[in-house]
Amino acid sequence: MADNKDVKISVKNLKKSFGTLEVLKDISLEVTEGEVVVLIGPSGSGKSTLLRCLNQLEKATSGQIMIDGFDVTDKHTDINKVRENIGMVFQHFNLFNHLNVLKNMTLAPVHLKRLSKEDARDKAMQLLERVGLSDKAQAYPSQLSGGQKQRVAIARALEMNPDIMLFDEPTSALDPEMVGEVLAVMKELARDGMTMMVVTHEIGFAREVASRVIFMEGGYIIEEGTPEEVLDHPKEPRTIDFLSKVL
Amino acid sequence: MVMIIQTYGTMLLKAMGHTLLLCLLSLVFATIIGMIFGLMNVGHNRLLNFIGTVYVDAVRGVPLIVLAYFIYFGIPAGIQSLGFTGFKMDALQAGTIALSMNCGAYMAEIVRAGIQSVDRGQMEAGRSLGLSYGAGMALIVVPQAVRTMIPSIINQFIITLKDTSILSVIGFPELTNVGKTIMGNTFKNLQAWAIVGIMYLIVITLLSKVSKRIERRINRGR
Ligand SMILES: Nc1ncnc2c1ncn2[C@@H]1O[C@H](COP(=O)(O)OP(=O)(O)O)[C@@H](O)[C@H]1O
Ligand SMILES: [Mg+2]
Repeated sequence: MADNKDVKISVKNLKKSFGTLEVLKDISLEVTEGEVVVLIGPSGSGKSTLLRCLNQLEKATSGQIMIDGFDVTDKHTDINKVRENIGMVFQHFNLFNHLNVLKNMTLAPVHLKRLSKEDARDKAMQLLERVGLSDKAQAYPSQLSGGQKQRVAIARALEMNPDIMLFDEPTSALDPEMVGEVLAVMKELARDGMTMMVVTHEIGFAREVASRVIFMEGGYIIEEGTPEEVLDHPKEPRTIDFLSKVL
Repeated sequence: MVMIIQTYGTMLLKAMGHTLLLCLLSLVFATIIGMIFGLMNVGHNRLLNFIGTVYVDAVRGVPLIVLAYFIYFGIPAGIQSLGFTGFKMDALQAGTIALSMNCGAYMAEIVRAGIQSVDRGQMEAGRSLGLSYGAGMALIVVPQAVRTMIPSIINQFIITLKDTSILSVIGFPELTNVGKTIMGNTFKNLQAWAIVGIMYLIVITLLSKVSKRIERRINRGR
């Protein structure tokens, strides 16, 4: 168990290689309950890989990752159980194409016996209401716009009642006019106290809701701090260089 | 022609029945074999991958006729030489095994390709919600894969139906074998083989029509 109950995510000396390519070189970080951590950095810097190591979609090569006090790098940890408490939202939505919105949301909690069919349904309808898609319960993913798909994907993750949410460039695949509706849902989630790690290029979102911004490059954390510190007064030349390109 | 139909009509229909029986049994087993080896091939266990690949390559690399001879003559001979002198295998059993193994290897490839055609993100989304690999396969990946697999499966079923004729060589009284008998009795080469050919054609046409209908229904009901 972690010494501090407030610590939700604790990463120590994480390294990850794909074959001979070392993608994460030595990552350590902590995220406490209710924090919204925004990860920025150039493409290929290892942001997605870091996020995917947290729920072990990628296996860490070395180092330790504690989630909710469970060591997910330990073979004896039931990773499926830990994942039930970590929602993940993907760049390309990954809605289950063969199922309608309601089924997309209720499949996992019902199969894993977290909720009865009826409760899962009721909860799904409440969540759809919250993301503004009550009328889409019976729709199939192919009938939704990108922004709608991503809101459903967020609702699907929330249906499991997670206490951590991971977002990997949730708005990067969206048409510009749909970015706002997805960010709005995420902002509300942040205000409600969800612990979040968000990879994004939306600097405005980071300014508004991040408790901390982490800048990554080449598999290292280069700089981290409050949005003001990192975005407005960056110290590291590489951060300055990166921000000058995206701002 | 009429004479042949009058004299050999029941015999031909019975032979058709045998052909269908052999085909049906083989398709059932082949589907099971295909599922098992196909799933072995897409998983991440090296040993299972290896076994799956060896099976598919071995069976596809041996002509069906040789496989049939091997199972019908070779295996019993081998078992008898081990001292089980009473061991026998009839032509239907041997034929079903040979055809199931053969069709199963192709089905395994269809299953593998079908599963690999489903975007990796589907499984990842399932796993990220806490589903096991097996549950992700069963509830998310396979249902989507089946849709893309159906045309190839139908095609394979038709090939297998036609391949039953190869098993005439081990003496199973299916349609082609009976065709040979009729030809031997009547010496009416043209008529006998025309009738047999037309019978295959009718059954295969019906099979394709039924399959097309099933395919349409599955594509619609989603
Ligand atoms: N499954 C994989 N196999 C091999 N290399 C990978 C894999 N996933 C990511 N990489 C490589 O790791 C590096 C970091 O990728 P990623 O974490 O996706 O970066 P980011 O999300 O910051 O753009 C890239 O060079 C990428 O090509
Ligand atoms: Mg990425």
